[in-house]
Amino acid sequence: MNPLPLDLQLLNACAALLLLLSFSMLAQRRTVNLVHLLALQGALLVVATLIVAWRTGEPHLYLSALLTLGLKVVGLPLLLHRLIRRMNVYWDTEPVINPSGTMLIGLLVVVFSFGLAQPISALASTATRSTLGIAIAVILLSFLAMITRRKAMSQVVAFLSMENGLFFGAMSATYGMPMVVELGVALDVLVAMLVLGVFFFQIREQFDSLDLYHLETLKERE
Amino acid sequence: MELILLLGSPLVGAVLLALYGHGRRGPEINALFSALTFLAACALTARVIAAGPLLLGREQFLVDPFNAFLVTLTAFVGLTTSLFSRPYMRIEAAHGKLSAGRLRLYHSMYQLFSATMLLALTTNNLGLLWVAMEAATLSTVLLVTLYRTPASLEAGWKYFILCGVGIAQALFGTMLLYFAAERVLGAAGVTALLWTHLDAVKGQLEPTVLSLAFVFLLVGYGTKVGLAPLHNWLPDAHAEGPTPISAVLSGLLLNVAIYAIVRCKVLVEGSLRSALPSQMLMGFGLLSMVLAAFFLWRQRDIKRLFAYSSIEHMGIITFAFGMGGPVANFAALLHMTVHSLTKSAIFFAVGHACQKSGSQLIENIRGLVTVSPTIGWGLMLGALAILGMPPFGVFASEFLILTTAMKQQPWATPLLLLALGVAFAAIFSKVQPMVFGETNARRLPHAPALLPVFVHLAIVLVLGLYVPSYLAGWYHDAARLIGGP
Repeated sequence: MNPLPLDLQLLNACAALLLLLSFSMLAQRRTVNLVHLLALQGALLVVATLIVAWRTGEPHLYLSALLTLGLKVVGLPLLLHRLIRRMNVYWDTEPVINPSGTMLIGLLVVVFSFGLAQPISALASTATRSTLGIAIAVILLSFLAMITRRKAMSQVVAFLSMENGLFFGAMSATYGMPMVVELGVALDVLVAMLVLGVFFFQIREQFDSLDLYHLETLKERE
Repeated sequence: MELILLLGSPLVGAVLLALYGHGRRGPEINALFSALTFLAACALTARVIAAGPLLLGREQFLVDPFNAFLVTLTAFVGLTTSLFSRPYMRIEAAHGKLSAGRLRLYHSMYQLFSATMLLALTTNNLGLLWVAMEAATLSTVLLVTLYRTPASLEAGWKYFILCGVGIAQALFGTMLLYFAAERVLGAAGVTALLWTHLDAVKGQLEPTVLSLAFVFLLVGYGTKVGLAPLHNWLPDAHAEGPTPISAVLSGLLLNVAIYAIVRCKVLVEGSLRSALPSQMLMGFGLLSMVLAAFFLWRQRDIKRLFAYSSIEHMGIITFAFGMGGPVANFAALLHMTVHSLTKSAIFFAVGHACQKSGSQLIENIRGLVTVSPTIGWGLMLGALAILGMPPFGVFASEFLILTTAMKQQPWATPLLLLALGVAFAAIFSKVQPMVFGETNARRLPHAPALLPVFVHLAIVLVLGLYVPSYLAGWYHDAARLIGGP
């Protein structure tokens, strides 16, 4: 059996690390560390994109890597750090399900994702197709993190991690989306974060806390 | 040219109002830009009537029978809502609920919201469609939280997170679609997300990938439509935001989201050659209808009541698109039109009613007909229209959907009848005392300006009796385009 070329091995290593980071996000309770993990995930995404760009020679992938670097490694984490500092939300409370339980569910999610990715990977012609399962796993794990977290800040980090997973998936299945779309998506993410910043201040002004526990009163009344 | 004006005028309006929206003339500027947009939409429509479907801007934009009437409808309701919001928001500001800064935000975001919806409708690029849908969510999040009450913040947060997650699923679906298209259309990347190109080769797209893509797209955009069980954000966002926003969310945004689903369904069905997408649409549609109909009983807030009614109607429309075929599609398109007009009219009337009585609770609003006959009759007629009373247009479309269901999907008929019956009883029993109940409030000194309500209801009435030939022609063409199993 031929060993994989070095660049693909590197790429697979990136993918594996991404998955590992998703799991550590599930377990992490300090919001500052969560944001660090998010930035690291972004950085891995940049490296992966660069490897693919170098391999395929697609110029728009370099641009996309640059965009990811600016937005997800530098911009958003900085914004989130500032929010954390100004609002003093360093710790998340106990998650809805205990960490070991979450991890076990996470494992099942990964198996499920690989099953889901199987038929698509089989059809893909890209050299990176084997990482598609990991991309789906990252998306679903972030989803899990969103469900199990109570603090607004952690949910947002999970949401951004989901976006990372989506980008990784787009890259491994099709070498990225068309440039117009990628720019549009990046713009939307940026605006979403700005809206969120405003929103956090509104929530805090109103409740003096970012615990989503306060946001559970609007239920169907009997 | 018309297209540039159509998309440009709300954008320019958004920028201008971001600077001057708090001024004394803010509401008028808002209405002016909405009017400009409406004129552009009319001009575009006239061009489509004269020249048939148009592909513009290097094929990035498409105006065909399916979206031409939606563009006009969106621009029209956008205009009437801006007219309604002019006195409404002024009174809200006078009551001290809003500061100048928030009024500016409101006007600016209102225009931006129109722009994103029109972009979503006219774009030919499925990626841009996604971007526009997400932008539409973002532009309305801060509007839902405009009053900064705890409940509105909660509603806004729910809206943001649920729709954000939902729309992320849709992005994954779009990606899968691109993946399938790239194998057929080549890695050019430029054409592989253009709907017209995809439509041309839909028979060759990989069925396994497309069926998976459709699941993600349906869940993603379905969250925006408010299909059960993904509807949780909708009643909250409708109830807590300012009423003009409830009117456009219910009347327009839900339509745009359904439009996105149906565009995708056409592609997937063409590739799969099976009834799977249709069955999924029917299932989600029926579930939403039945669930919403029973939730209607429990509502005590008038805006939540009509928000649930919107979920029910979106269910009907989704079900009809699921059945497919010329008649059901025709009925679904007609229903989209009349629901949008009727529901926004109802929200206008409800908005005034709540403003006069200072409460959104049904039990606190009584005897509207004695307080102000215009509001009372506006609400009563609106409620009768939305409940499908003849001779309003909703009756025509629901009748068509029901008879088609009896022929094509007889098993669904009892469920449809049940949902419609329960909804009728629930809404009528709540609205009747609101309008005719005993009250000791005095009659208002002067009638509120409710022209938009009656204009909308008049159009709905006309559509119930007679559909103009070119509109019917569009419906037929669009119904053929959408096809069915």
